[in-house]
Amino acid sequence: MEKGRKLRILVAKPGLDGHDRGARVIARAFRDAGFEVVYTGCHQTPEQIVSTAIQEDVDIIGLSILSGAHTYSFPRIMELLKESNAQDISVIGGGIFPLEDIPKLKEIGIKEIFEPGAKLQDITDWVVANIQPRQAVALTAR
Amino acid sequence: MGKKILSESALERMQTEYNEWLAEYKKATQKMPERLDRFSTVSDLEIKPLYTPQDIENRDFFENIGYPGFYPFTRGVQSTMYRARLWTMRMFAGLGTSEDTNQRFHYLINHGETGLSTAFDFPTLMGYDTSSPLARGECGKCGVAIDTIEDMQRLFANINLENVTTSMTINPPASIIWAMYIANAENEGYSRKKLGGTIQNDCLKEFIAQKTLMLPPEPSLRLVTDTVEFGTREVPRWNTISISGYHIREAGSTAVQELAFTIYDGITYVEEGIKRGLAVDDFAGRLSFFWNSHIDFFEEIAKMRASRRIWARLMKNRFKAKDPRSMLMRFHTQTAGCSLTAQEPYNNIIRTTTEGLAAILGGTQSLHTNSLDEVYMIPSEEAVLIALRTQQILADETGVTNVIDPLAGSYFIEALTDKMEEEANEYIRKLDELGGMVRAIERDYPQMEIADAAYHFQQQVEAGEKLIIGVNKYASERRELEFVLKIDDTIEKMQVDRTNNFKEKRDKDRYRRAMDELRRRCQGPPCWENNVMPALIEAVRAGATEQECCDLYREVFGVYTDPGTF
Repeated sequence: MEKGRKLRILVAKPGLDGHDRGARVIARAFRDAGFEVVYTGCHQTPEQIVSTAIQEDVDIIGLSILSGAHTYSFPRIMELLKESNAQDISVIGGGIFPLEDIPKLKEIGIKEIFEPGAKLQDITDWVVANIQPRQAVALTAR
Repeated sequence: MGKKILSESALERMQTEYNEWLAEYKKATQKMPERLDRFSTVSDLEIKPLYTPQDIENRDFFENIGYPGFYPFTRGVQSTMYRARLWTMRMFAGLGTSEDTNQRFHYLINHGETGLSTAFDFPTLMGYDTSSPLARGECGKCGVAIDTIEDMQRLFANINLENVTTSMTINPPASIIWAMYIANAENEGYSRKKLGGTIQNDCLKEFIAQKTLMLPPEPSLRLVTDTVEFGTREVPRWNTISISGYHIREAGSTAVQELAFTIYDGITYVEEGIKRGLAVDDFAGRLSFFWNSHIDFFEEIAKMRASRRIWARLMKNRFKAKDPRSMLMRFHTQTAGCSLTAQEPYNNIIRTTTEGLAAILGGTQSLHTNSLDEVYMIPSEEAVLIALRTQQILADETGVTNVIDPLAGSYFIEALTDKMEEEANEYIRKLDELGGMVRAIERDYPQMEIADAAYHFQQQVEAGEKLIIGVNKYASERRELEFVLKIDDTIEKMQVDRTNNFKEKRDKDRYRRAMDELRRRCQGPPCWENNVMPALIEAVRAGATEQECCDLYREVFGVYTDPGTF
């Protein structure tokens, strides 16, 4: 991976959903693709996710959810990032979403939604192509 | 080892002719090569082109195969199997409010379902009332929200609880939900002695795979053992644990891992019951199991046949059970949710049919067949009816229920059954060496074995080594179904208000006394006098909510959170 430093990603599971197969597989895929990966396990609140993302100085948050509770947690996470002045942390999502929800999630600033069947390679490639390291924050935080 | 199935002379001739066949096969594949570099099951177990009597030559018929209803039960747990009584058609159902789910139960019963199975929403599964800030956005989404005994009453309204058996998929709060079920049934005039059903109550596989986590392993086991002890004494027709491989498999394990880790969880529960002072034959007969039926047809049948034999042998040899009922592995099966695809969802009907058929040929006692839309959400009425009809067609039209264990004697099936047993026993030995399942979980051993298998499978899919129609072969776009179940976000507020009103009305003194007694029992050493169940039944009658009981558990026993390894 070029672009100065390794991209840092937080893989997070918001809400009470325990279906973590996808999250753990994608965390490994990002690690194998040369990312620095933080995975905080199941059952994270939006507050915990945003605070971890800031503390760990990540470039991107990958949210994995299969429960349908994204209607609450995704907007809440976007709101908290804004309140924390951390909108430059990109957010992507993966899991199960009704088709009609996908444009709504993009409208609130989720950069991409990956659905069942998405290839690991395509996901990591997408992130490499579309996400830059957060330079300003990286300078102040390091 | 007893008498071999084949004579020496027969074996000799077989070897000669096998060699001739193999030479021919090799010659033929020079011209027309094999389609794949390697043929393997969905679990990546390598499969030979041909199986012959030689693959089972060292096995003793009586020791290994035998007769249905007789030790080691390879061929089934009853002597009659489906010729007398079909498996219980038990569709996992739970959506929205308790009224919504009750309506679904009636719909399923009216269409021929023969047992109930309850899906709870995530807050209920994790021990939170709908009012908890942690429950925001979750109410009724993946199951039904149950906060109080009143919810339980609405859930089972107008259902005769002595005539139907009810399965409840609930784990850390299982004791509380079971207490609500018993208390409600008694309020409705039924006797606890006549109640039949199952609580999943398998805390160990939560740490390993399903991740509805609440308490650390040791107190979790204490509560499980309390329910086993209470059931043994008070609710004799209840299956107090459904020792579950399903979730282990869905998390990405192989068939052998599912078999081995689940059976080892079973070993652990038996050990705990014995430690509590129960005689193995007094409770082992009420332990039940739950398998996944994945897409690899023969592997699943072999797994289920092997599971009965492994368990029977363990119960007889390791635990010295005398009662044959203690040796019976009775199990529920669900077809594999993880085998379904969002692409071309109607194809899921074919997958589920195949998996349901494997479960039947594997000798299941009850079955949930997934709906084609479960890849997106909890099922719509239209989809769940197709899934239920799938079982009914298999049962009544195809003739597969005419004969018991029809695949017995197949060289391949018997060899694969042996292989499953052998490889599962390897894992069991390894887990013994690690000091048992709790120690293994602390070392992240089963969790990482499963994560490795899940990642390996995903890489095989991406490399085109494992094919999924509509995904990596004949790939197709996602298409929305014409029937889609939506759970209304506004039920959350309604449920919160309802529970708040309920709490307002309760007798505060009676509630306080009941919770004090529950706390006293939790703090005391595990024994019958401190069994939580009688105190819980009084507490939920006195108006305690699920979360209030769970908060007490969390306070006394501590909290376990996911270590987040990958």
